[in-house]
Amino acid sequence: MPEFPYLPQTNKDVEEMLEVVGVKSVSELFKDIPDKFDVDISIPESKDEFSVLRDLKELSEKNITLDDLSVFRGAGVYKHFVPSVVQAIASRGEFLTAYTPYQAEVSQGTLQMLFEFQTMICELTGMEVANSSMYDGASAAAEAALMAVRVRGGQKVLVSGSLHPEYIDTIKTYCFGSDISVETVAFDSETGQVDFADLEKKLTEDTSGFVLGYPNFFGIIENISEVRTRIGEKTMLIVCADPIALGILEAPGKLGADVVVGEGQSLGNSPSFGGPGLGFFASKESYIRKMPGRIIGETKDSDGRTGYVMVLQTREQHIRRSKATSNICSNHAFNALIASIYMSMIGSDGIREIAKRSFDKAHYLAERIGRTDRVRLVFTGPFFNEFVAQFDCNLKEFNERLLEDKILGPLELERFNEEMKGYGLICTTEANLNEEIEFFAGRLEEIS
Amino acid sequence: MTIFDLSTEGRKAFHLPKEESYGYDPSDLLREDWLREKNPGLPQLSELQVIRHYTGLSEKNHSVDTGFYPLGSCTMKYNPRLNEKVAGLEGFSQIHPYQSEETVQGALEVMFNLQNSLCEITGMSNFTLQPAAGAHGELVGMLLMKKYFELRGESNRKKVIVPDSAHGTNPASAAMAGFEVVEVPSGSNGRVALNSLVEMLDEDVAGIMLTNPNTVGLFENEICEIQEAAHKKGALLYYDGANLNAIMGHARPGDMGFDIVHLNLHKTFSTPHGMGGPGSGPVGVKSFLADLLPVPVVNFDGRKFSFDYNLPNSIGKVRSFYGNFGVFLKAYAYILSMGGNGLKRASEMAVLNANYLRVKLNKLIPTAYPDICMHEFVLKGSKLVSEYEVKTLDVAKRLLDYGIHPPTVYFPLIVDEALMIEPTETETKEVLDAFADTFEKILKEAKEDPSILKAAPQKTVVGRLDEATASRKPKTRWSKGT
Repeated sequence: MPEFPYLPQTNKDVEEMLEVVGVKSVSELFKDIPDKFDVDISIPESKDEFSVLRDLKELSEKNITLDDLSVFRGAGVYKHFVPSVVQAIASRGEFLTAYTPYQAEVSQGTLQMLFEFQTMICELTGMEVANSSMYDGASAAAEAALMAVRVRGGQKVLVSGSLHPEYIDTIKTYCFGSDISVETVAFDSETGQVDFADLEKKLTEDTSGFVLGYPNFFGIIENISEVRTRIGEKTMLIVCADPIALGILEAPGKLGADVVVGEGQSLGNSPSFGGPGLGFFASKESYIRKMPGRIIGETKDSDGRTGYVMVLQTREQHIRRSKATSNICSNHAFNALIASIYMSMIGSDGIREIAKRSFDKAHYLAERIGRTDRVRLVFTGPFFNEFVAQFDCNLKEFNERLLEDKILGPLELERFNEEMKGYGLICTTEANLNEEIEFFAGRLEEIS
Repeated sequence: MTIFDLSTEGRKAFHLPKEESYGYDPSDLLREDWLREKNPGLPQLSELQVIRHYTGLSEKNHSVDTGFYPLGSCTMKYNPRLNEKVAGLEGFSQIHPYQSEETVQGALEVMFNLQNSLCEITGMSNFTLQPAAGAHGELVGMLLMKKYFELRGESNRKKVIVPDSAHGTNPASAAMAGFEVVEVPSGSNGRVALNSLVEMLDEDVAGIMLTNPNTVGLFENEICEIQEAAHKKGALLYYDGANLNAIMGHARPGDMGFDIVHLNLHKTFSTPHGMGGPGSGPVGVKSFLADLLPVPVVNFDGRKFSFDYNLPNSIGKVRSFYGNFGVFLKAYAYILSMGGNGLKRASEMAVLNANYLRVKLNKLIPTAYPDICMHEFVLKGSKLVSEYEVKTLDVAKRLLDYGIHPPTVYFPLIVDEALMIEPTETETKEVLDAFADTFEKILKEAKEDPSILKAAPQKTVVGRLDEATASRKPKTRWSKGT
């Protein structure tokens, strides 16, 4: 018998087991499968781990990694400094190889960790309740839109045109499933913020929710409390927030948000080509029974000891089936663990410091760019750590030249919007050291 | 004690490089009411405190690494460490989704090869890797159906048929795509009742969602008749890949007539469950549905790998970027390690392990269906109630005291006091023998003193928890002084 990794059965085991089962061969166990389905799948033969590692390492080396670059590109996925502790703890098999905590007594590690994660998300967002994670920011925003319809009735959702384009696409796809119409609210071409006139024009009696970014896709900080006032109480305000920005920006919950969602990759998770990160989902307590996803709660055992369990499971698909608040089952608990360790490491001062540095560097860079002739800052609205610049040159070619200098330059916004030819989205975080900023600014000045 | 109880004002575990500020302060540049009034209440600890806290938490978990985990329908097989190493390679973990295609050719090649491998394993013609989990894949599948019939002018097809033994995600996903869910009963042999199914099929049915082998671990041997009946009425057939681990290299859903399939890379392809995720739920289709898939898909022109966004009838995106790339790597490393021959062997050993354990346990508690099973089987626990005056839940909780994670309990819903057992192929015969012995011991305890089971677990860090109160008055976050 050939040997395969991960299969422990010896020839003797197989013989003994077949005898107990009362069949002569393994193939007899497959008697229910009609012979006509017999197949020989054409996948190369098994390999030892060293050969597999060598082959895949070789493939990985065909990619240029962020570790070798100065990264001025964000747009939803960010390079940050991540303490070594994060990976060290996250590699523990007791976390990695556990299943969903259905048996609470032997899942207290998972459950307490997620309870603490929910608390951290509530702290960041200023909301009363949070679930234990979603797939990503985009699907969390889409689920929030569906929840707005569940809570408020109506069949229409508004999204800001300055929300991340992939989030808008995702919301549209989810809403197609539920026959909810989605309309896009324009952004003010001068400030980059929501165009209130267009918002008020599109806001109707049956508008269930309005989704906007904070900061938005262009890095601009929206006036949340003003938006709250404009849309009134009937329409649910869904804020899609960058968790790092919340180190300095007022919590959306304090400014009138009903639901706060977002992408948590920047909380210690590696970029990994866009996944897996995690979605977070926080809301007012009054909507808790309408929320999607798993929620962890504190309770006691029969001896009065504190413990944690999954609560309100009657909302979920395994109990409520077609009447569930969502079909979500697997979430991104492991990425929530990474985010929790990261947040525990940086602490309340750390997140502020990271946010302040990201802000400081971005504003300095924007000012330097503003002084050049052939690059123009596009929006006048206040921004956090990303901003849009218009380049009076072929941005794609410029980016190719920057790459030769080991710089991952501005994201070409033309890929999302043909009218934005020459527009680049620039990002800085605490991981851009000052010398990188100076070098990049110098390159920008050279084109002018 | 929570991490917040450990927090001490002013303690720090994190230090950024020393650098001069450029002097751009948010408090000078932003409106005062936009600035955060007080720091978010994240804990303040030393590095060692963080390490000890999380290490302590990890020790309170049961996991595949620490013990047997025969959870039916979850395929808790060993998660190879090679896979973790591969996913952690800098050239894979440290790449940005918006890098230019020229700079991520290795990543695109992995995705392209994985798409093709999955096509080959399932007999489908195209795959999207975008869905983040099984249920997410189901949603994609249902949206594909919806869009397909919309394009054909058959929006009248509003119903989706699911078996009464199906996972809850099936009806929930169909409902999220706007379908009305109709349940087809299972026959006394544990399989879909073909006659009832045929009667239900009319011009308003968009599709049928099936798992094969089904959730009681039996192969739907009338699949040819089912697919003929469905297609004759113009309905599509959807394959839930939750149980693919039973049939790799032995039969392919594509050959059985399925039009859409989703797979769970975190079940069949050995990627870790991570306490509930991340998973990955790729969706495969027959060629007539290929241009409806979410964008982008990965193409290869013989020279260069690239993203293709040009699918005019695409349902759109179901999440940002391209899917859980980190998970793709682990599944791909697994496929390369096992090879076609090894995947086939894995299914064989999964089925052998399940049957061996089935026969041993059947002597103690009857199985719900007497046939040879595939990768899992279901025990009917009603004998526990009638003979031992204990419930399935009590047996499950007592197993915890013996360091074994209980099987899936009370599912599928069609079996009374169900215990659903899936040992997977990566367990040794010794582990299966020990499990059967423990089971026997627990039944003996039940006979002599059922209170032992009812008071279980005793050896875990907490006993049975009050879930009812926890849900009635949910306390879902820590707060000071409570």
